[in-house]
Amino acid sequence: MWRDAVLIAGRDLRIEARSRVVVNQVAPFAVLVLVLFAFALDPDRGVLERAAAGLFWVAVLFSALLAVQRSFSLESADGTRDALRLSGLDPAGIFLGKALAVAAQLAALQVLLGAGIVVLYGTDLGRPALLVATAALATAGLAAAGTVYGILAAGLRVRETLLPLLLLPVVAPVLLAATRAWEAGLASVASEGWPWLRVLGVFAVVYTAVGIAAFGSLLEDA
Amino acid sequence: MTAPPSTGPRRATGTPATTVLGAVALLALTGTVALGLALPLTREQRVYSRLIAIHPPVAWTAYLAVAVTAIASALYLWPRTRDRRWDRVAAASAEVGVVFIALMLATGSIWGRPTWGVWWTWDARLTASALMLVLYLGYLAVRRVPADIEVRARRSAVTALLAIVVVPINHMAVEWWRTLHQGRSLAELDPGSNLDGAFIAAMLLGFLAMTLVYAWLVVHRYRVEALEERLAERGLDAAIAERRAEAVMVDQ
Amino acid sequence: MTYVLAGYGITLVVLVLYAARVIVRGRTLARTVGDDDR
Repeated sequence: MWRDAVLIAGRDLRIEARSRVVVNQVAPFAVLVLVLFAFALDPDRGVLERAAAGLFWVAVLFSALLAVQRSFSLESADGTRDALRLSGLDPAGIFLGKALAVAAQLAALQVLLGAGIVVLYGTDLGRPALLVATAALATAGLAAAGTVYGILAAGLRVRETLLPLLLLPVVAPVLLAATRAWEAGLASVASEGWPWLRVLGVFAVVYTAVGIAAFGSLLEDA
Repeated sequence: MTAPPSTGPRRATGTPATTVLGAVALLALTGTVALGLALPLTREQRVYSRLIAIHPPVAWTAYLAVAVTAIASALYLWPRTRDRRWDRVAAASAEVGVVFIALMLATGSIWGRPTWGVWWTWDARLTASALMLVLYLGYLAVRRVPADIEVRARRSAVTALLAIVVVPINHMAVEWWRTLHQGRSLAELDPGSNLDGAFIAAMLLGFLAMTLVYAWLVVHRYRVEALEERLAERGLDAAIAERRAEAVMVDQ
Repeated sequence: MTYVLAGYGITLVVLVLYAARVIVRGRTLARTVGDDDR
């Protein structure tokens, strides 16, 4: 399973390295979201700085949607998904591989967005350990849930509108917990932030398990 | 496939059993409304505690519906109990469930409004339920994607299980979040421990009434689902017959 | 008191409307499927 996962993850990331869609399209989109928030909220009244954690994670969520859509559009060419089904690769491995690739891309986007909130909103990165730990767990959960819903919606013509409707409500607790943890981390009151990692951990474990169990059958139906 | 026993073509989804169920449900519902509206005023909430006969029962039924959908979905996916009947139960319960979740939000909002002056208070339970509504609207959207019946059943069942798994996680997270912030909470409106027997009676009757209404709605919605499947199969058979007829004509 | 009546009212109206929708749909389908039985 792990060998197949590394194989798929490597393939997805190599495609990204060649096509640079995440770099050229999703990353600017992510920064654009941060900029738009400044248009919507008043930059001068400190609202942005106070809301920075939440705005960061909302931007991450929207970027995750795009990353997942992109991950599954790699196989939308005729026959590619059939090839994947017939390849003899362990479906659980395919799931983990795709999720890992999405997670890697999300991690890179988060570094960019982190720089974004420091520069654009004037935030201080108070407690990096808490921030990084939160991001790691949240990314795992987002990637797992995203990949599961991604394959569910993959073959459908309505997937562009269906995926957000399915995925966003499910990752709401991730948004909630990650934001609370980051609020604490940015404000340097870390003790209030660490407890939220439990929610993120449970979420990540649950959706990874579900993905491993269900991906095979979902791939058959895609 | 469960074709209901028929003496000639069925004209509707009713049977003697559902008529009785419906009558009892209606009776219980009428009783609830009568008892509920006649409840005395309370010191804390004056007249608004009368909603205790409606909001908690509707909320309970919403969760019941969601649980039934999850269980039926699991039973469908489990190879030993796989049966299209479970898929129909899941679908019926989900649609009825969406109605009850929406009612839970509406009655919860209405209950909070006179007390706090706002329509929405980000109370933990309302917030988690609002999310639940969107989750199950998503389930209904997945069902509406055209597909072979077995494929749709499998896809919907997985969707339902993915949704139910996040419901407790979300409820706990939101509950913790809102208690940390000491916001307004519908839990403040919950019946106190020294509540008059009449309130408890009205609420319990409400639970019974809503559960019966739910059951009645699910049975009918289930039968509608079965009829739709039959119609789809007929349509397919007719299309195949047409093609065969065309082929025969070409051969001649 | 208006709020209380609104609460009861909305609940009853929505349930009745939904029930009607299901029943009517059932009748229409049963008729169509029943026709094919002949």
